[in-house]
Amino acid sequence: MAETSFDLLGTVELQIPSKPEWVAVARLAVAAIANRLPFSVEEIEDVKLAIAEACTICIQQAPSSNVIAITCEAATGYLRVRVRDHRDAARTEELTDKRPSTLAVEGLGIFLIQALMDVVEYRVDSESGTELVMTKRVSA
Amino acid sequence: MDIKVHVRESDADAYVVELGGEIDVYTSPKVKDAITELIDQGHYNLVINLEKVRYIDSTGLGVLIGGLKRVREHGGTVNLVCTNPQIKKIFDITGLVKIFGIFDDEQSAKKALA
Repeated sequence: MAETSFDLLGTVELQIPSKPEWVAVARLAVAAIANRLPFSVEEIEDVKLAIAEACTICIQQAPSSNVIAITCEAATGYLRVRVRDHRDAARTEELTDKRPSTLAVEGLGIFLIQALMDVVEYRVDSESGTELVMTKRVSA
Repeated sequence: MDIKVHVRESDADAYVVELGGEIDVYTSPKVKDAITELIDQGHYNLVINLEKVRYIDSTGLGVLIGGLKRVREHGGTVNLVCTNPQIKKIFDITGLVKIFGIFDDEQSAKKALA
């Protein structure tokens, strides 16, 4: 993707508490940003679900994390969203206990993100945390 | 953000779980509780009506899958009522259309339980 040919319209940063009740705020905020680009209603719904899934993965992977940081880069041809948790390294043992019960849904979440977004990169590290970077291209 | 859960007995042995609002990581436990309670009471033929659901994520899907697995252990099934194109698309993408019976109206979903 030759992103250098696109003009950056703006970058929006948002932090939400790493708790289930705040995920709706993240998805609505990112939907509002996506609405500034020429996406269809269906594409905006795709972005909303992908961002919510990314936040859910962060919460499930690191229940001890304090915040989830969301960075949205809006350009003329794409929207890129980076979602990452800020992990409390001293409490990562909780994660080990949590992981087996959430694996199945976590897999479904990643699967949905990959199906709904054009480019997806993710990194799950028990020490440095979880980071997902998702790009949705504006259709020609 | 809201979720409305309404459970009602239908004809024969079937129960209808009518859901409304948004099913996500925050609200899905409430849906899970309602379905689990029905199954624990011995009701294994369920219609879950998603007509008034505006949004569902993987945790919501996980709850539906979990319910289906449990009722199937007892010879039952879960049929869904779903008309929202965006939600239908999620079932398509995930392949869950092949696992659940998905119907356009409640009457058809109930009829298919018999």
